Amino acid sequence: MSIIRARNINKIYLRGAEAIAAVNGIDIEIEAGEFVSFTGASGSGKTTLIHLLGCLENPSGGTLAIGDATVFEAGKAMPESKLNLVRRVHFGYIFQKFYLIPTLTVAENIRVPFAFHRNTGANSNVSEIASMLGIEKRLNHLPKEISGGEMQRVAIARALINNPKVLLADEPTGNLDSKRSDEIADILSQLNREKRITVILVTHNLNLAKRAGRILELRDGRILQS
Amino acid sequence: MPNITTIAYKNLRRKKVRSILTLFGIALSTWVLISLLGFNQGYEKSLNDDIDNLGFQVLLTAKGCPYEAATLMMQGGAGLRYLPDSVLVDLKAHPEVVGLTPMLMQAVFDPLVGEHGGIAAYTGVDPLTFPSMKTYLDFSQGKWFTDPFALEAVIGYEVAELEQREVGDMLLIPEHEVELKVVGILNRSGTQDDGTIFVPYKALQNVFGVQGLLTSIGIKVHKDADVSAFEEKLYELPDVQVVSMAQVKNTISNLVGTARIMIMSIALIAILIAMIGVMNTILMSVLERYQEIGIMKSMGAGSSQIFRLIWTETVIICLVGGILGALLAIGLAAFTEAMIRFILPYSPKGSLILIDFSLVIHSLGIIVGIGLLSGIYPAFRASRIKPIEAIRISEGEL
Repeated sequence: MSIIRARNINKIYLRGAEAIAAVNGIDIEIEAGEFVSFTGASGSGKTTLIHLLGCLENPSGGTLAIGDATVFEAGKAMPESKLNLVRRVHFGYIFQKFYLIPTLTVAENIRVPFAFHRNTGANSNVSEIASMLGIEKRLNHLPKEISGGEMQRVAIARALINNPKVLLADEPTGNLDSKRSDEIADILSQLNREKRITVILVTHNLNLAKRAGRILELRDGRILQS
Repeated sequence: MPNITTIAYKNLRRKKVRSILTLFGIALSTWVLISLLGFNQGYEKSLNDDIDNLGFQVLLTAKGCPYEAATLMMQGGAGLRYLPDSVLVDLKAHPEVVGLTPMLMQAVFDPLVGEHGGIAAYTGVDPLTFPSMKTYLDFSQGKWFTDPFALEAVIGYEVAELEQREVGDMLLIPEHEVELKVVGILNRSGTQDDGTIFVPYKALQNVFGVQGLLTSIGIKVHKDADVSAFEEKLYELPDVQVVSMAQVKNTISNLVGTARIMIMSIALIAILIAMIGVMNTILMSVLERYQEIGIMKSMGAGSSQIFRLIWTETVIICLVGGILGALLAIGLAAFTEAMIRFILPYSPKGSLILIDFSLVIHSLGIIVGIGLLSGIYPAFRASRIKPIEAIRISEGEL
């Protein structure tokens, strides 16, 4: 059963009078529990595509459905409040930058999503997630007191706290050395394998991309090969 | 588990110096606001108390400037014009009159007052009628004089303290080389009487050579009498000035009106500056956390929740600053009162600043309300941040 279905979606930006298609008529279906990675050169459209699939921005055209909800169709997007709910229920995001709140402890950073909604389906067991990610001894530390690799694990824990169906990771190892990158890749694989979380990964790193069950290469806003 | 308040509070701790400076801005404006409102109610009360403690409702003086008459009434200044004491007989004929007390005020230059000399003032009163009108006066030593011609004096608390006088001491009236025997020392009353030297008025007439003359007559009016109509009747007497309580209050209120407007303007400016300070601090904080707020939205935070988060920050700053300001206002009330007394043309003897619980709560309400207004724009800006813009824009581009 597919969790994300995109039909002929595109994203066009205007640079002055010039229209640039960052994503250009992509059709894609991602099954629940799949691990998909997008690769490609800078400017190929992979980050824009993951933003569209994760409902962080609206397409310029095409159709996009997440689970049972059609979020974009015939040039019209779902209202922001409903999109917000779709993001909350379906997605967890991991970025190259960690975006941790420096004045909150690791445990508090992981629980930040709870401040905005007390979702009964949320995974309130921070200790369990922290143990799985190997940061259980860092829960009372501030972000400045932990390493970059640990910060990214905290960001992953924060993304997991709501029990998301899909984990969107945009260059999650971009700020890490190769050893830490491998550790993060192992975590993503483990989450996909053991928790059956759908993982969508954007990366330049081919070794990391190879962890996925499906690798899609993008060029000029189109999918070249699978 | 962090909630919106915790996150807001910890965000404010991120830039401690900036938050503390903003907090002090709020505290100072709260101090000014509470002191001003406390002054408004304290001054009114003290003025009423002073007037009530006069013991009479109408003062009759020789015709002249009403301001001079008001000063005479409130501070015991020496009147330059005199009434003949035969007026007392005319006044007794009015049915509205319950009691009368004649007064004679005189002043001389005393080289022993202060460093370079000063004015020593004496108030001549009638031992038969004055004490019954000033029932709140009681003695720490001695008692009222009884002989209207005796060269005796009853001195107020402040005079006794300043000159270290005891009952039995002799007071010299300069220029006239006459000595008065201190027969009583009053307890502190909180009125102008604390600084007064009371002498039997007939004795004072003899000393100063103004036999048969008075400077004023205090009139106690029947409680059901129409005071306005009575005042009109008094003007039928030749060359008199009638000063009523209402006139005194109005005169003094006019005198301090300018000072009140000045203080209120300062408070308004202080509050406006504090408002701009809060808006600036919160807006800076929003712009610095542009990406962070965008990420919160990507985690499911709604626009209203982000609005509430930023608004909570302004409420925390204003509430903490407001409480600090209230403590400052209460703790420094004596200092503020001294400053206000310095700039006012006339100050009643009682406490000028009256700060009660209700005033503090109302002021905090005003400050928090102003904070909420200041926070609307930054909170609105934050609530409009789109997750994708925040993720795209690097901090250097803000």
